[in-house]
Amino acid sequence: MTTAVLLQAFWLVFDPYVLLVILCSAIFGLFVGAIPGLSATMATALLVPITFFMPPVPAIAAIVTATAMAIFSGDIPGALLRIPGTPASAAYTDEAYQMTLKGQAEIALGAGLVFSAIGGLFGTLVMILFSPGLAEIALKFSSFEYFWLVVLGLAGAVFIGNASVLKACISLLLGLLIACIGLENPAALPRFTFGMNELMSGVELIPMMVGMFAVSELLRYITNLDPPPMIVNKEIGNIFTGMWDLLKKYRWPLVRGSALGTIIGIQPGSGADMASWLSYAMSKKFSKEPEKFGTGHVEGIVESGAANNSSLAGAWIPAIVFGIPGDSITAIAIGVLYLKNMNPGPMIFVNNPENIYAIFLVFILANIIMVPLGWLTVKVSTKILRVPRNILMPIILLFCIVGSFSINNSVWGVTLILFFGLVSFLLEENGFPVAPAILGVVLGTMMEENFVTSMIKSDGDPLVFFTRPIAMWLALSTFVILLWPVFTWAWDKWRQPKIA
Amino acid sequence: MKFNDTIMGAALLALALAILQAVMQYPVIPGQNIGPGAFPGLLAVLLAVCAVLLIIKGLKSRPHEAWLEIGGWVKSWVHLRNFLITIAGLVFYIYLSDRLGFLICATLLIGVMMWALEVRTKLIMPIAVITTLVIHFIFYKGLRVPLPWGILSPVQW
Repeated sequence: MTTAVLLQAFWLVFDPYVLLVILCSAIFGLFVGAIPGLSATMATALLVPITFFMPPVPAIAAIVTATAMAIFSGDIPGALLRIPGTPASAAYTDEAYQMTLKGQAEIALGAGLVFSAIGGLFGTLVMILFSPGLAEIALKFSSFEYFWLVVLGLAGAVFIGNASVLKACISLLLGLLIACIGLENPAALPRFTFGMNELMSGVELIPMMVGMFAVSELLRYITNLDPPPMIVNKEIGNIFTGMWDLLKKYRWPLVRGSALGTIIGIQPGSGADMASWLSYAMSKKFSKEPEKFGTGHVEGIVESGAANNSSLAGAWIPAIVFGIPGDSITAIAIGVLYLKNMNPGPMIFVNNPENIYAIFLVFILANIIMVPLGWLTVKVSTKILRVPRNILMPIILLFCIVGSFSINNSVWGVTLILFFGLVSFLLEENGFPVAPAILGVVLGTMMEENFVTSMIKSDGDPLVFFTRPIAMWLALSTFVILLWPVFTWAWDKWRQPKIA
Repeated sequence: MKFNDTIMGAALLALALAILQAVMQYPVIPGQNIGPGAFPGLLAVLLAVCAVLLIIKGLKSRPHEAWLEIGGWVKSWVHLRNFLITIAGLVFYIYLSDRLGFLICATLLIGVMMWALEVRTKLIMPIAVITTLVIHFIFYKGLRVPLPWGILSPVQW
């Protein structure tokens, strides 16, 4: 049975059409990641309207490939301009730039490439080994456990990055409220539609994401007052020289970074950005030569370069098994899965195992072709960095318009990208992170459904949420995460008088 | 455009109260204690709590912060103009694409934006026209998205 499924998956992926999609989205991802101001999330948001027209496997393959490539190529402007191409490279941008100034750009970029690929493969391996088992456990879950899983995922989302927890909570609640719009609730009553027919079916996810992640980034570029960056004009040598020695020397940091990245990826709500910051900090802590960090030392790049790519695969584990996204990219991908009638959740392992194995294969393939394609990108990198962004940005805007129009063939989609672009631009200017909002929108319907089903099952008694054993543990961990800031605050208050 | 947290909090509180009021009017399903208003109601209550906390936080930092901190880009005429052009471009497309058609609207939109972003004048028209045609070809012919023809309907291909 398994071999038959594997063979089927193999045919699904090694179809000329799918391979072409993978190649094109790889080039697209490398390009977008290498341009400062265009992030991996934006790459995904721009791809989604195109994947709308594809069968499920190539659609998912396009997203997986493009994001993996974008996360690597974000290292390139980091090393050459001291501007991270994507937020996930920010942790070691200074380090890489220092190496470039020392004339070691090829080592910084080579390490970024080789160890990104290894980290990505590590995360994929964990995903392949653990998700089927996890799915079997998940089959036993009822609405109570699902409710807590969703809450746990959302609780994690609140602690993304360095934004204020309160503002992240508000952003999350706004996302959940947006998910309430329309007819699709257990009572099928039109809510918050303001009498508009367009809002009956709810807010379409794709135009909303294009607005939040592409249009708002465009507005940020247009209002950015920083002068254009200077490109370091240096020959970049063979990026693969010396990689074998680095691999031998830093094998433990590599494993540590990959493992940490995968775990952070699995943890709902936190993604590649967090993985790279945390593992850079950890690398410095455990290093034998911590004093060299920040002066152009490759060790931190090895560890966090591996971590941010492994987190990508990690984030797919809860996405596939429970339908709960691990970061904003998988949140978008889950939206695509629903559109393709490939509803994520444990049943997908029973009903369409060949599709799941195909996703696994795509991950492996993407991380392997990253090496030659990444090498080429580095070769032409100084040219990519010179692509005039004042020509690129209007083209991206037109692309956003056409993409959002094509979802329903109506100009309503364009209205949505304008609205959500402005709102998220304003929110970010005021320190509200937008990633929790998108998780809220994706998970809102699922959360309400499980909440209402559970309450109806229990005749309105909320205590039932805590009586089933797994549900109780999930509830407990949720409360620990949610109340953690309160604990630390109380602990500080309690200790301070003694010190003073 | 950075507002003091008090203002943001007050706006969010107003939103939460408006939602609560709307939810109160939802019908109750007979024989069930959980109606369509329960979940959004719960969210609105949580939002109200967060909004109040934000107001308190804003009032605490009020002595050091202005009510409204205008970002550097609003003061710089060129940046403000470009921001407004982008928004106006989208509104223009939303209202006129049906009448004028995709080709005209798109060419104008990116042409004006490129002019605003100081692309060399000689390059603007060729790039705008070629990009529009390429995107039109991909989406109209390739993906069969019915982009509107507008006044160009007689010559559609």
